[in-house]
Amino acid sequence: MDVCSLTIHELHEWLVRKDLSATEAVRAYLDRIEELDSGLNCYITLMADEAMAEARAFDNGERDINASPLAGIPLAIKDVICTKGARTTCGSRILENFIPPYDGTVTRLLKSAGAIFLGKANMDEFAMGSSTENSAFGPTRNPWNPSRVPGGSSGGSAAAVAADLCAGSLGTDTGGSIRQPASFCGVVGFKPTYGRVSRYGLVAFASSLDQIGPITKDVEDAALLLQIIAGYDHRDSTCVNQPVPDYRASLNKSIKGLRFGVPREYFIEGMHPDISACVHKAMAVCRDLGAELVEVSLPHTDYGVAAYYIIAPAEASSNLARYDGVKYGLRVPDTRDLMGMYRQSRSQGFGAEVKRRIMLGTYVLSAGYYDAYYRKASQVRSLIRGDFLQAFEQCDALIAPVAPMPAFTIGEKTDDPLQMYLSDVFTLPASLAGIPGLSLPCGLSSEGLPVGLQILGPHFGEELVLRVAYQLEKALGMQGKKPPLR
Amino acid sequence: MAEKISREEVRHVAQLARLELAEAEEVRMTVQMNQILEYMDKLNELDTRDIPPTTHAIQLQNVFRDDSAGPSIDRELALDNAPQSDGTSFIVPKII
Repeated sequence: MDVCSLTIHELHEWLVRKDLSATEAVRAYLDRIEELDSGLNCYITLMADEAMAEARAFDNGERDINASPLAGIPLAIKDVICTKGARTTCGSRILENFIPPYDGTVTRLLKSAGAIFLGKANMDEFAMGSSTENSAFGPTRNPWNPSRVPGGSSGGSAAAVAADLCAGSLGTDTGGSIRQPASFCGVVGFKPTYGRVSRYGLVAFASSLDQIGPITKDVEDAALLLQIIAGYDHRDSTCVNQPVPDYRASLNKSIKGLRFGVPREYFIEGMHPDISACVHKAMAVCRDLGAELVEVSLPHTDYGVAAYYIIAPAEASSNLARYDGVKYGLRVPDTRDLMGMYRQSRSQGFGAEVKRRIMLGTYVLSAGYYDAYYRKASQVRSLIRGDFLQAFEQCDALIAPVAPMPAFTIGEKTDDPLQMYLSDVFTLPASLAGIPGLSLPCGLSSEGLPVGLQILGPHFGEELVLRVAYQLEKALGMQGKKPPLR
Repeated sequence: MAEKISREEVRHVAQLARLELAEAEEVRMTVQMNQILEYMDKLNELDTRDIPPTTHAIQLQNVFRDDSAGPSIDRELALDNAPQSDGTSFIVPKII
């Protein structure tokens, strides 16, 4: 069996039994990256030397391989999360040479649990995009078909897991950026509740929406990674101080008797027939497992795209004001004045989509337009949030598609930003409501592309979402299905 | 169909956002922003008169802490990423 295809919990057993040393594990991944990543472009920056040094510390006894389920486990981390001393670009020219002087909280937690970072994963610039085509370092390709996008914005994180170029990874989700690429790449992606995981050291895109979460080969690994990164952190004032349950403890509990809501607005005309077929198959599996399915309505679903693409750019335009060519990042000298330096640095440093969102955000927040756009969108956000709260009075969890189509072709939507935005229709509402959502592989399209099932739970319902996903994963038989690489 | 945003307004917003758009970029931005803003009109189908806005998805309260000094990043490290510095300060173009 190929070492690189092991899940985190399997690799942990190999390491503990000494079937494999930590350096052998890291070496196996680095060799595979060397072989495959020139074609896939999952990584922006490799951390090969640091990774080998970390691994040696386990092999020579300085660190204990039994200390944690993550000890000696090689991971990828999205390049929007700060890693002390290792370049963090956010997929942008403006941060091409940025070396963070500190670790983000999730970075610190993973490191102290013994995880080894192989490198920084490719992404849409500042996490703005649904295809990873907006990276200043070139697009990532989908391991299942290199002419297709891996989804985005955490496309590098998802493709690296799917192609066995890491044991697991972290992504971030602002409007679907963990769930959609996980769905396109046939892996598990989990966006926790807003406030469950600290964002200290996560470069901000839209602060009322951003959340960090795991992308993994199976549900147990997602539970295991979330266990390490979840919890209160005084450095992030939006982080919620609530106990973290043992996520793996209840995975084995049956889902018999649970009620799953199927939102009627998520089965729209124009949805790809293979998505519909795969999701209906998964619904039948739910019934076989003894769960009850009830139709529910989330009446404001159709307004999610418009609300999100006002709120997220508004917050982004404010967050990205910090890139001024003074403290860090690109500076383009201008002979005129300070204003010229700002404008030149930002115009040359940011790509087209980032500029578009800064422009939209600046416009909707500007005098005379604030009420018509930003305030209106924030009110609609209340309606969308209310839809979910009502639905969860009738059911324990919701099941739905992740995206209306499987992975699309590279270049297909790049000239039409609105079409790209509309592809996020099924992931944006949960982000606006702040609820947890998981993408679980549930089948393959007729063209052999993965299809994901979205499982949504109430606020802080991570334990339930993981349990439902774990039980369905066993029954769906998609586990271990790998893209046809090599 | 009435234009949502004119090229002059796009230029003004770019100025507010500290961006400088090349001519072709400005033309394309105007077309795309018009398409996107027109789509946003969809929100006006909803009557939101009595709906309070949501700014955060979960209930957040003010987070207080003691006003006490703690360790912070040291100067050398903070200046490491500066495009221009003299070792003690960030250097910027003349402002006044």
